[in-house]
Amino acid sequence: MATFIGGIHPQYNKLSASKPAETAPLPAQVVLPLSQHIGAPAKAVVAKGDTVKVGQVIAEAGGFVSVPIHATISGTVKEIATRPHPSKGRSPAIVIESDGEDSWVELSGCSKEDVEKLTVEELRSIIQKAGIVGLGGAAFPTHVKLSPPKDKPIDVVILNGAECEPFLTCDHCLMLEMAEKVLSGFELVKRSVDADKAYVCIEKNKPDALKAFTKLLEQSTFSGFELVPLDVKYPQGAEKMLIYAASGRKVPTGGLPMDVGCVVSNVGTCKAIHEAVYEGKPLVERAVTVTGAVKEPKNLVVRIGTSAAELLELCGGARGPIRKLIGGGPMMGMAQTTSEIPIIKGSSGVLVQIETDIDDAPERPCIKCAKCVDVCPMDLMPSILGRLARKDRFQEAANAHVMDCFECGSCAYSCPSRIPLVHWIKHAKNMFNKTCKGG
Amino acid sequence: MADEKTKPVKAEKKEEDEPYILSTSPHVRNPETVRSIMWDVVLALIPAAAAGVYFFGADALLVILTCIVACVATEAALQTWFGKPVTVNDGSAVLTGLLLALTLSAGVPLWMAAIGGAFAIVVAKYAFGGLGYNIFNPALTGRAFLMASWPVLMAARMPLGAADAVTRATPLALLKVYTKIPAVDATTGATPLTGTAFPSLLDMFWGNIGGMLGETSAAALLLGAAYLFYKGIIDWRIPFTYVGSVFVLMLVLTQDLMFTEFHVLTGGLILGAFFMATDYVSSPITKRGRIVFGVGCGLLTAVIRQFGGLPEGVMYSILIMNGFTPLIDRLTAPEPFGAVPKEAGD
Repeated sequence: MATFIGGIHPQYNKLSASKPAETAPLPAQVVLPLSQHIGAPAKAVVAKGDTVKVGQVIAEAGGFVSVPIHATISGTVKEIATRPHPSKGRSPAIVIESDGEDSWVELSGCSKEDVEKLTVEELRSIIQKAGIVGLGGAAFPTHVKLSPPKDKPIDVVILNGAECEPFLTCDHCLMLEMAEKVLSGFELVKRSVDADKAYVCIEKNKPDALKAFTKLLEQSTFSGFELVPLDVKYPQGAEKMLIYAASGRKVPTGGLPMDVGCVVSNVGTCKAIHEAVYEGKPLVERAVTVTGAVKEPKNLVVRIGTSAAELLELCGGARGPIRKLIGGGPMMGMAQTTSEIPIIKGSSGVLVQIETDIDDAPERPCIKCAKCVDVCPMDLMPSILGRLARKDRFQEAANAHVMDCFECGSCAYSCPSRIPLVHWIKHAKNMFNKTCKGG
Repeated sequence: MADEKTKPVKAEKKEEDEPYILSTSPHVRNPETVRSIMWDVVLALIPAAAAGVYFFGADALLVILTCIVACVATEAALQTWFGKPVTVNDGSAVLTGLLLALTLSAGVPLWMAAIGGAFAIVVAKYAFGGLGYNIFNPALTGRAFLMASWPVLMAARMPLGAADAVTRATPLALLKVYTKIPAVDATTGATPLTGTAFPSLLDMFWGNIGGMLGETSAAALLLGAAYLFYKGIIDWRIPFTYVGSVFVLMLVLTQDLMFTEFHVLTGGLILGAFFMATDYVSSPITKRGRIVFGVGCGLLTAVIRQFGGLPEGVMYSILIMNGFTPLIDRLTAPEPFGAVPKEAGD
């Protein structure tokens, strides 16, 4: 079965679905937070006043679970200071002012023959040095994912082309326009973990992408690749749900995909891997969907560090006073305080909501309709977790498996009483980690 | 030109500078609300209510209106008294009133209907904390109170249709009278035993039988239930396991298909299974729990009907199972996706 139990069918609103990727003009300034990934923040290796070229390392990896950060425009380092961050409030960042030249460091890619000779270690090292992290949103350093411990052999790799978040279309766009690069990068993923099976997973609401990959797979000489059309349901693209849909395996609670021999990679990540290996190009740009209540929703290929405000302008601005600015999609994205936030490696979208998009139904008591229970893809009881969190009963919430929630938001989406379940669940997880764990 | 172009943009930006709304994801919601659900269930009960009025006349309409007004007025009065926002427009009190009315005979005195409605709101709903907190289904609690207080008046039957002056007992009451049921001619659907007094299955399906005003027409009830399924408001687990287990148990107990069909189509079973047992607040939230609940209701209904002194068992079955709901929820809590056996997990 190409799906999972539970989930929801929100309005998909893929406003920018048929739009080709448009390369955004070079920004006059970029803000590059040192922490754009899960793991140790990168360490700055440039100082104020330094001139930098595109692709130059400006911050080194801060450990194994970390990646370097590259300059995404050429110019001068204006300052290293605390700036707004899309998920951390404010955090240290390197600000570069453009010289308008767009001069790059010399890129040295590998030829096809060279790539075939690369060892697994060399592949991983290229991927880390290119600063690649999961571009689906979690931003977990990719080379770590590709370095499973010896006792966890990987036999299945999965390409995540579900893009189940409403509104977002940047992955779809990549699958149509750069299918070869995506598949080639995915093949490198398969090779780097020595997997036998590779599943290309795409939701059925993207028939053109499915067609493109069907054709590509027919022509390719890769073996062990299989196209898996997925049922259209949110959160189909969530790692655990995707692995289950593609391979029938269940990642154990608290575990990782590698515990069931799987590695999942997003289409954008695979494209970045291809570019890093074959073109020597580090991760300096990504596709971003700018959508919602903007005059012209678009898929933009932007330099990382470009401000959301600039992207909004490229899309003709908002269709009214902005009430909510969301980094990411409407289901899991974060509401922002300012449009000055930069696009970082994990930013897949900028969603604008105006007055008419805001749900104003009042919160009511829980009527135990159990819709949250029915839709929870993790088989949790969100209403109970919410109730426990509200009463500061964090240990009990943990006993009821609150830590297994990955905050897909299906419960809160479905709640007719408009109880902010994700809010309470996040609170419970946070407080449990602070107050109960280990003490 | 350039200046002119930038100026309005800046002015627009000023407006945008108003602080953005900050809230946790998700940033979109299913349009369904408590209010829309309540009114949808009310809408789904309109066919059954209309059938009641059609078969029992204006008295039925008066009973329905009395119950609804009593519930709404009681809720509004309580909320005003406690200084709470008045939320009667959410439809939950209307629904309680309507459900209560459908379980009453069209012949009950109106003051009784009003007391039943008020009791349902005051005792079953607000004594426990209001919307979402009641343990027992308010409408059924109201009915149980009336049954306990005025059993004779509750048993008063309405003449069916204007032309038929004979007061009819319900089919289930008739079944209680005939302890020994001879063979039934299943092919024609007629029962040789009862002649005119005993309705045919078809009459029972459409509702041309004696009974409480909302429970006579299985067709009208099923139409409403179909709407609730279509809207995704009720889940199959409770109603299907409930009706299914009554069917199976009666078949086993009576060894008679015809008799079993009678049991499924008569009395409050359809009304109870699709509209009362599925009441969100008083039924389990776990998927497995809903099945346990449905089967439990079916078991109790079959036992009461077959072995008990009462002709009808739906009301007490559901109320008894309501009491078990928290326990059922606790015992049937789902294991999370990917749960590992306890020893390995910890």
